[in-house]
Amino acid sequence: MDSIYDVVIVGAGVSGSAIARKLSSYALNVALIDKEVDVSFGVSKANSGIIHGGFHHKSSTLKSRLECLGNRMFDQLKEELHFPFSRCGILVVAFSDEEMRTVEQLYRQGVANHAVGIELCNRERLLSLEPKLNADVVGGLHAPNGGIIEPYRFVFALVESAVRNGVKLLTDWHLVGVTEQENHYLLRNERGEEIISRYVVNAAGVHADTVSKLFNAEDFTISLRKGEEFLMDRNAKAYPSKVLFPVPSAHSKGTLVIPTVEGTTMIGPTSEPTTCKDDLATSKENFEKVFYNARRLVPVVSERDVITSFTGVRPLVESDDFYIAISEQSPRLIQVAGIQSPGLTASPAIAEYVKELLKKAGLSMLEKTHYDPYIEQVPRLRDLSPLEADALIAQNPAYGDIVCRCEKISEGEIISAIRHGHTTLDGIKFYTRAQMGRCQGGFCTHRILKIIERETGLTIAEITKRGSNSYIASEQVGNLAVEDNHAL
Amino acid sequence: MRYETYDAVVIGGGAAGMAAAVTLSKRGKSVIMFEREPQLGGILLQCIHNGFGLQEFKEELTGPEYAERFTQQVASSPITVKLNTTVLELQQKDDKKVVIACNSKEGILEIETKAIVLAMGCRERNRGNINTPGTRPSGVFTAGLAQRLVNIDGYIPGKEVVIVGSGDIGLIMARRMTWVGAKVKAVIEIQPNPAGLTRNIVQCLNDYNIPLYLSHIVSEIRGKDRVESVCVTPLEDGRPNEDKSFAIACDTVLYSVGLVPDNEITRSINLNLNPETGGAWVDANLMTKIPGIFSCGNVLHVHDLVDYVSEEAMRCGNFAADYIEGKTLQCPIQLKAGGNVKYVLPNAMNLEEPSKMYLRPLIVKNSATLEVRCNNTVVKSIKLRHVQPSEMISYTFDPQKLGAEELLELNTHNSLEISVS
Repeated sequence: MDSIYDVVIVGAGVSGSAIARKLSSYALNVALIDKEVDVSFGVSKANSGIIHGGFHHKSSTLKSRLECLGNRMFDQLKEELHFPFSRCGILVVAFSDEEMRTVEQLYRQGVANHAVGIELCNRERLLSLEPKLNADVVGGLHAPNGGIIEPYRFVFALVESAVRNGVKLLTDWHLVGVTEQENHYLLRNERGEEIISRYVVNAAGVHADTVSKLFNAEDFTISLRKGEEFLMDRNAKAYPSKVLFPVPSAHSKGTLVIPTVEGTTMIGPTSEPTTCKDDLATSKENFEKVFYNARRLVPVVSERDVITSFTGVRPLVESDDFYIAISEQSPRLIQVAGIQSPGLTASPAIAEYVKELLKKAGLSMLEKTHYDPYIEQVPRLRDLSPLEADALIAQNPAYGDIVCRCEKISEGEIISAIRHGHTTLDGIKFYTRAQMGRCQGGFCTHRILKIIERETGLTIAEITKRGSNSYIASEQVGNLAVEDNHAL
Repeated sequence: MRYETYDAVVIGGGAAGMAAAVTLSKRGKSVIMFEREPQLGGILLQCIHNGFGLQEFKEELTGPEYAERFTQQVASSPITVKLNTTVLELQQKDDKKVVIACNSKEGILEIETKAIVLAMGCRERNRGNINTPGTRPSGVFTAGLAQRLVNIDGYIPGKEVVIVGSGDIGLIMARRMTWVGAKVKAVIEIQPNPAGLTRNIVQCLNDYNIPLYLSHIVSEIRGKDRVESVCVTPLEDGRPNEDKSFAIACDTVLYSVGLVPDNEITRSINLNLNPETGGAWVDANLMTKIPGIFSCGNVLHVHDLVDYVSEEAMRCGNFAADYIEGKTLQCPIQLKAGGNVKYVLPNAMNLEEPSKMYLRPLIVKNSATLEVRCNNTVVKSIKLRHVQPSEMISYTFDPQKLGAEELLELNTHNSLEISVS
């Protein structure tokens, strides 16, 4: 028997991590567990990174309420956690009078939701807000309170803050068995290790249905919608000044053109149902579809600028709303399921909401006197002036050695990622942006491998892209038997 | 912050940078050369196979041996070499040029200079650039990264390999992976012709019975954590015929699908790039549109052989020295790519001196003809034994050998068009 917790949160995505951080401000013994080797490796790593503007959903839905509350919390969160976030604003673009009627409806919804500064625009106003738009627009909506964020960086910061305030993070901890005892749950992982918790929060993303079943709790099904996104070069001419949405359909908010906080352009996502939770494959058909749709918004979008593409999945429950409630079958389990868009925006408000549910379920909470909402800001060479950079390098020479030339990431930043627990190539990529630029790791992978070896003591065969069997190089030269297959 | 002044700054310590720096130094200029890696030589250092130097030194060398010929010249010259140093930015202040660089020992360096030689080389196109659909497992590498891992770091990236693209690095890596004990299952080339040199097809594939699938694509990568297989689809009349797709089980996919000049620093000073070459616009002095900034080697356009890089870079060093001495000739005659030519370099020349031109043909042909036209009139025509896109054509054009009438025409039109047929 390892440890006894007041609350265990299953799933270190954005919801679970926000909840963990919220609970870390109370005198509670909390653990955040995840089956992956790093946090934010599921739904939260592969999405559009939008802080939504509070107009897409009806006021009566839970997701709309939490979206609007969450949206307002990001300025303070950024102040405390230093993740990349910009309130650049959102435009919804209509190409016909009929589409304009949908826009008017979104506008009314936004007004009802108290979306700050929301504005109905005619063609001229829209084009002045974003000159790169297709000139065929007839009008649209401007939501200046909307913005963009680096979702994994947000999750990393939430977790770092939670851990600083006493939350125990258990990665590579795959929950496979639950035994309910009188006033606690016994949780067991694949390796047979056990932890005990009085309360459990099920924030397991696409696996929330499986986790619920482990507790003999509600029998719901998570259905999935895949979304493919394409990331373009820093120099792409398509980079807009605001997030650009088409008029939404019943199933999806459509294909967006997104100016990421880090200065690259992203287009996507698609939206199509899938049944496989591991289905993260991209397809040629979607490539064509996404570019067709994106060019309708911004004609200068070009296939030539693509540097990579990826797929994410959205977890949906039948109601199509968030399902956040105390389990009726297992009353010390809180279900946090169906957190699709606008889950990222809503996450800080979801955390507040879950805290209240835990209270209602009988957990007593005392605020900590020594809670520290701040984390240390890791300096980034590319953001510094030459004088500032020079001073930083004098203090820590590792900042003078550029490892990733495309994104100008120094060895100091890589080391910082490793010391914050990100020891896979993907973990380092999401934390630092090294390997995320136009060469996609062609020049820096070998250097990062060496730094991981040196800093962690892992051997080359133990280093992975993202855990499990995603090894990089299993053998060293000289280890393999060489077949004598020379034709001569 | 350290502030220093040099006649010339050379960015990049590979084949091009070293040749340019040595030449500038021989002309008596003070030179500082920046290299990101811990030693000079660039990509040559990981090219441990032979075949280098046949043109330049009339002998067959390995990449590191070829590099050493130049590192020795650098070492015996007064060139200031900054290793482990990355150039962050170029600035133009009035007629002064400033290069900002950083390293861990000295922090930020700010170098004021009269001339800059861009010699940063090229980078590889990757999976994302050609949009191969499928999952995103580990085991997908560019051929050059795999070459680096095997030849310098001593790591074998995988045991069962499929190579996408028949570029030279891919072919060399097919043989290299075989030599370290991996099984290379196939090389997949989208074009009907190999992209690499014929000698590499013979020596790296045929000698090891590695199948080359021409007019085929890798249409999907499969595998959750690590690559498990690729789906290969033949092209028929230029379109994939999915009915004939087949799978190849493998744990590694290497991409050798072309090189692109690595011009990010060039962009920092707002030099527009030529979309055909990915390099800067240059005149016959290898000078860009900003006087005093020069470009040579693979950052200007991707060369077939390092020998040509060295030759170009030595000329570039001399042109940069001429510039410092105020002896640069204007280049009013525009050079344009005509029929069957992807690009011609330089983009402009003068009438006073012969100009060396490099052309990338778009056709495969025996007994081809290269024509130089002025205002649609052929002013010069030469025979070429064989042309193909993977082999660059070099040709020195001397306007002084033209007739008086043709020269007059050229003076009026200020433009030449080069074509191959």
